Amino acid sequence: MSRIVDAVNAPFAPVRAYFRKHRSFGIFVGVVLLSVALPLLTRVPPFDGIQSTNAWVNAFTTAAIYAMLAMGLNVVIGFAGLLDLGYAAFFALGGYTYALAASPFSGIHLPFWPMLLAGGIVGAIFGVLLGAPTLRLRGDYLAIVTLGFGEIVPITLMNADKFTDGVNGIGGIDKPSIPGILQFTLINPWPMYGLVVVLFTLIMIMIYRLEDSRLGRTWDAIREDELAAESSGVNTVIAKLQAFAVGASIAGIVGVVNAAKITIVTPDQFRFAVSISALAAVVLGGMGNTIGVATGAFIIYLFQSILLKQLNTLVENFNIPILNQVDFLEFQYVLYGIVLVLMMLKRPQGIFPARRRMREFAPLKIGKGGLK
Amino acid sequence: MLRARGVTRKFGGLVAVNNVDFEIPRGSISAIIGPNGAGKTTFFNVIAGIYAPTEGTIELDGKPLISPPTGAGREPILLVLPTIPFIALAIYFLMAVGGDTGLVEGVASVAVALLGFVGALLLNIVRPDWYNRLIKRIGVTRPARPNDMVVAGLARTFQNIRLYKSLTTLENILVGMHVHLHGSLLGALFKTRLVREEEAAAEQRARELLAFVDLAGMENELAANLPYGKQRLLEIARAIASRPKLLLLDEPAAGMNPKETEEMTALIRRIRDELGITVLLIEHDMRVVMGISDYITVLDHGEKIAEGLPKAIRTNPKVIEAYLGRGAAAGH
Repeated sequence: MSRIVDAVNAPFAPVRAYFRKHRSFGIFVGVVLLSVALPLLTRVPPFDGIQSTNAWVNAFTTAAIYAMLAMGLNVVIGFAGLLDLGYAAFFALGGYTYALAASPFSGIHLPFWPMLLAGGIVGAIFGVLLGAPTLRLRGDYLAIVTLGFGEIVPITLMNADKFTDGVNGIGGIDKPSIPGILQFTLINPWPMYGLVVVLFTLIMIMIYRLEDSRLGRTWDAIREDELAAESSGVNTVIAKLQAFAVGASIAGIVGVVNAAKITIVTPDQFRFAVSISALAAVVLGGMGNTIGVATGAFIIYLFQSILLKQLNTLVENFNIPILNQVDFLEFQYVLYGIVLVLMMLKRPQGIFPARRRMREFAPLKIGKGGLK
Repeated sequence: MLRARGVTRKFGGLVAVNNVDFEIPRGSISAIIGPNGAGKTTFFNVIAGIYAPTEGTIELDGKPLISPPTGAGREPILLVLPTIPFIALAIYFLMAVGGDTGLVEGVASVAVALLGFVGALLLNIVRPDWYNRLIKRIGVTRPARPNDMVVAGLARTFQNIRLYKSLTTLENILVGMHVHLHGSLLGALFKTRLVREEEAAAEQRARELLAFVDLAGMENELAANLPYGKQRLLEIARAIASRPKLLLLDEPAAGMNPKETEEMTALIRRIRDELGITVLLIEHDMRVVMGISDYITVLDHGEKIAEGLPKAIRTNPKVIEAYLGRGAAAGH
C-alpha cells in the first residue's frame, strides 16, 4: 500500500521540494488553484443541484471568513497555548469599527481599504487590553476570564445604544469599492470572493512566517514550558501579549470584511457560539496546524450550512413523521458539541496534526496498574 | 563575579534559606552541596530570579539585580496616574464640543481615554529601563525576573530536565539563543534580509553548540526522543546558547551511570576552559563535586555551615556531622 503511495508521490517530489523552499509562493498557488476549482466544482452534479453557483460562491466566502477567524484563533491557542474562549469579541470590535466608519448610522463614509488596517489595529489594542490582566493566569482560569470578556463585548455593544443602536445593530454598511473600476454589490458575490481569497492568502502566509520566526519559537517554548522559557531569556509577558495582539488583529480585520460582506452588524452575531465554532474548527483541524485549522473551518461551515439544510429538504420531501417538524439548522450547536467531544476523546491532535503536536498527543503507555 | 548578601527566603513560616552570604570568583567552578532539604535549589532559584528573596541582594558583576520588592502597594497608582491626562484630554474635548455630543465625538473621546489606559498598561508590563529608574524614585522596585537575569549573563539548567519536548534539539538551542536575536514581529512578517541572515547565522551557531556537547547529527531529533543523558546535555547546550557569564547547573550528573558522569565532568571543565564561563553547580555525587570544584559551599537547614577548598570541606567536622549525623562526626 505504502509502495503505491510512494510511486504516486515520486514524480511530485521536486515540486514539493520547490514549494518547501518557496512556501509563500506555494500557498499563493495553492489558494488560487483551490479558489478556481471550488466554483467549477459547483457546476457538476451532485453539487449543482443543491444551489446556484452564486449561492455556492457566497457560501465559500463565508466559509473562508470563518477559516481566517479560526487561523487567527489558532495563533493564540495552537501556537502560544493560551485558551481563548472570547475570540468573537475581537471579531465584533472589527465589525463595529467598520460599521461606525462607513454607514448611514454614523453619517461617516470612510473608504473600505484603510479600514481593514484600522480594524486590525483596534483588534490588537483590545487584544492587549484582554491579554494584560490575564498574563498570570493559566489553563482553566484564563479560559474563564476570556469567556467573560467575550460576553462583555456584545453586551456592551447592545447597551451602548447611542453609539451602536443597541439590539438593532448598525445596518446599511457601505460595500467596498475600487473607485472607477469595481463596486461590490450584494447580488454579485464574486468581488467579495476575490477579496476574501486575497486576504486569506496574505493571512496564511503571514501566519506561517510568524510560526517559523523567533517569535513563533518563543510561543512554542511558552506552550511547552513557561518557566524554562523564562529561564531561556524569553520575556514571556511580552510574547504572550504579542500572541493575543496578533490573534485579535486578525479577528479585527476579518470582522471588517464580514461587516462589509453582510452589511449589517448586530450584537447577536457575536455571541459565544461564534467563539465556540472557531474553537471547534481549531480542534477539528488540529491545533497548531494552520492549513489544518483552515480546512477544519471549511468542513464545519459547509457541513452546517449545506448538509444540514439539505437534510431539511430531504426530510420534507419524504415527509417523514416527527422528523419533518425538526429544523436541522438549529442543530449546528449540537454539531460543535459533538465535534469537540469526539475529537477530544478520539483524536485530540486533530485531523491534520501539527508536526509538533503529534508527539504530545501520542497515546500514553499504561501498564496493568493503570496510570501512575 | 556573583555576590549574594544576606539572602533569606521564607515560605510562610519555613525558612528555606537563611542569611546566606556567598561569592564566587570569575572563571571558577564552584559547588553548593548539602543534605536533602538544605535549601540548595531554593537558593538557586533566588539567584536565577525565579523566587524573590525575602531579604538580601544578589549582584552580578557588581550590578545589583535582585533585592526584595518594595512599594508593591503603590503599583496601582502607576496604572492610574499616566491615564489621568488622557482622560482629562477626553473630558476637555467633550466640553469643548459642547452639550450636544454626537456619535463621533463620543467614540473619539472614549478612544483617547482607552489609548491612554492601554499605554499605561503596556508601560507597566514591559517596564523599559528608563521607566524602572523613574518608578524607583517613588520607591517601587521589582527584583529582576528570570529573563532579565539571562540578559544580565546568567543561564541555568533544572534538576528535573525541562526541555521543550516537542521541539527538535536544534529548535531548543535556537530558543536558548533568544536574547541575542533581534528579529521583531514585523521583521518576521516581511521576512526582511536582516532577519533571514540572522536566522541562518543562528542556525549555524546552534549546530556548533550541538557539536560542542557531542550531539552533532541529532539536529532534527525531537527533544523528548533523546535518551536521558543526552537530554541533560541538550539542556546544558541550551543554557550556554545564551552566552552566559555564569552558568548554574542543578544536579547535572543526577541519574547518570559512571561513564556518563565522567563525560559530564569533562564537559563542565570544557565549558569553563574553552568558553570561559564561570560555573556554579549543585550536586549530590561527591566524586563529581570533589573532582571538579575549585570552591565548595555547604548548606544545611538553609544556613551556610562551611565553605572553602574541597580538601578542607572533606575533613570539616561540621560537614560530616550534617551528612552523617553527630555520632559519625565524633568518630564512633
